[in-house]
Amino acid sequence: MTGTGSPSIPFTRCIGPDGAAVGDLPDFARNPAELVRLYRALVLTRSFDAKAVALQRTGRLGTFASSLGQEAVSVGAAAAMRPEDVFLPSFREQGGQLWRGVTPLELLLYWGGDERGSDFKAAREDFPVCVPVGSHAPHAVGVAMAFKLRREKRVAVCVLGDGATSKGDVAEALNMAGVWKAPSVFVINNNRWAISVPVARQTAAATLAQKAVAAGIPGEQVDGNDVVAVRAVVERALARARAGDGPSLIEALTYRLGDHTTADDASRYRDDAEVSAHWPEEPIARLRHHLATVAGWDKAQEERVLEETAALLERAAEAYLATAPQPAATVFDFTYAALPAELAAQRRQALEGS
Amino acid sequence: MDELNLVQAVNRALARAMADDPRVVVLGEDVGRDGGVFRATDGLFARFGEDRVIDTPLAELAIAGVAVGMAAQGLRPVAEIQFTGFIYPTIDQLVNHASRLRTRTRGRLACPMVLRSPSGGGIHAPEHHSESPEAMLAHIPGLRVVIPSSPRRAYGLLLAAISDPDPVVFLEPTRLYRAVREPVADDGEALPLDRCFVLREGRDLTFVTWGAMVLETMAAAERLAGRGVEATVIDLATLHPLDHETIVESVRGTGRCVIVHEAPLSGGWGAEVAARLAEHALTALLAPVVRVAGYDTVMPLPRLEAHYMPGVERVLAAAERVLEFA
Repeated sequence: MTGTGSPSIPFTRCIGPDGAAVGDLPDFARNPAELVRLYRALVLTRSFDAKAVALQRTGRLGTFASSLGQEAVSVGAAAAMRPEDVFLPSFREQGGQLWRGVTPLELLLYWGGDERGSDFKAAREDFPVCVPVGSHAPHAVGVAMAFKLRREKRVAVCVLGDGATSKGDVAEALNMAGVWKAPSVFVINNNRWAISVPVARQTAAATLAQKAVAAGIPGEQVDGNDVVAVRAVVERALARARAGDGPSLIEALTYRLGDHTTADDASRYRDDAEVSAHWPEEPIARLRHHLATVAGWDKAQEERVLEETAALLERAAEAYLATAPQPAATVFDFTYAALPAELAAQRRQALEGS
Repeated sequence: MDELNLVQAVNRALARAMADDPRVVVLGEDVGRDGGVFRATDGLFARFGEDRVIDTPLAELAIAGVAVGMAAQGLRPVAEIQFTGFIYPTIDQLVNHASRLRTRTRGRLACPMVLRSPSGGGIHAPEHHSESPEAMLAHIPGLRVVIPSSPRRAYGLLLAAISDPDPVVFLEPTRLYRAVREPVADDGEALPLDRCFVLREGRDLTFVTWGAMVLETMAAAERLAGRGVEATVIDLATLHPLDHETIVESVRGTGRCVIVHEAPLSGGWGAEVAARLAEHALTALLAPVVRVAGYDTVMPLPRLEAHYMPGVERVLAAAERVLEFA
């Protein structure tokens, strides 16, 4: 399944793998400063992933899911959103989280096994990452219905993986969102692999976007390695949602260039040749080529971005490594709004025992 | 003050909560125009409109999941699962999301939702309509599991559940929906969660029970009183978190305890109560703690359900057993 050939499902690409524009670019993409902003976000995401993997490999971070090669999906989606919208990410959408104001330190804390990493200081209403695959899709419908009930012009944006589309959770959520015209956008990061299972073993459907047809909502595909196209398509879906026209399903076609997580070894089930064939499509080089053409992006500018990003992540890693664990009692303190007598007794016992 | 049965009391509590708090919304299958298959939401659609009384597609997982999303946004969703036989698809949402959203975000997000569902047997319902899954749910940290056993407690506990800042599963004993009427003041007064209700006090024996089994247990206590044995009857009401102080204190006084529940014996919530007594009241016990429960079988279809559900005679036989110990 390459997914670009289904006649009833539109496909959008703005910048090709060689960095050349395909047709007219959306307005925001004609502004070099805006393109640089997107570029920096992609670089930050990839650098963050590299940093996190390095920390994991040296025993200083837990299992981590890199988004190598898929950075444009969640960065593009988040860049299309307004601050007051709500983002509901899967566990591979750190790019979008960083764009929304979640800090590298918070992300490292989360993946390092500290709940405070999900107590975002910005994006206070955004959801923490969702580990049980696809189970956050109904949350997006609930968030969207809260907006609708309060007559707020806000939208819930849920990012899920290709594997998630096999789950009833997602089918139920899309169906309900359609019935209620819930102001929501569902973005599938179709990176072609759900751990070891390729998307052809996930579904016999020609596209994942066409699952929208059964829910009675618009479904389309976008080049998920083209951050401009992702942002443009999600912006249109957000505008429809804000106008009261209901949800959309967007399938972003990308490729998982890395392992599923640091606990995975993709060489067990995937040929290196397949991976190599996808590298020329990856999102960062193509935007860099485009920037070189339209804005004279040069080596000096590139190096400055890389250095600034590296410095920022180095500071975040240092802060993470210097963060003391939470006091043991906090195991109890957030189970309920107020500690029930039963749990207060367990808390006392735990503290006396330690 | 109107005489209400339990389902009418639920209906009054829902209407009161919706009238008092615009954040309260009701959702579920057939809760709208139909007013719910048991009429628990009767009249709410006409009074509060389709924005706040939402008929959902037939999808239990998403009903719970949508409620999680609404609750995280500050609404107070009250979702109905038509029967507990259909509650199992919601357990993923309850375990992985509703009950831990506060913990995993360190209080940044919370989940003040209620999941209501008619529970238990005894109404000759079709297959999958009579189970008692409370112990599975009570095992989930971060969740409250509440089971009312009278119209007044249904009214007051449901109001408490709706205004509680954390998720509550509210299991309504189907058999009690129309079994008893009592005067219920529609005064908006909540009853306390996390507290047992001592329904009668006696020095000889403590019964611990909840839900529909309160009827059989109270009847057994009356019979015992007729021959001079005075029993305490404790209705757990909130199964989790468990108010074990009240139970332990009572059994320290009586020295004898019989636990009565409709759900299967093994791993039932009675086992938790018995364990607390073993840990905290052992030296006061004059007899083994005995459980009267459903059998470890599949809930039978209606023609055999009376054989499955503990009746007054089984409760009395258990009482005899513990009273025999000198």
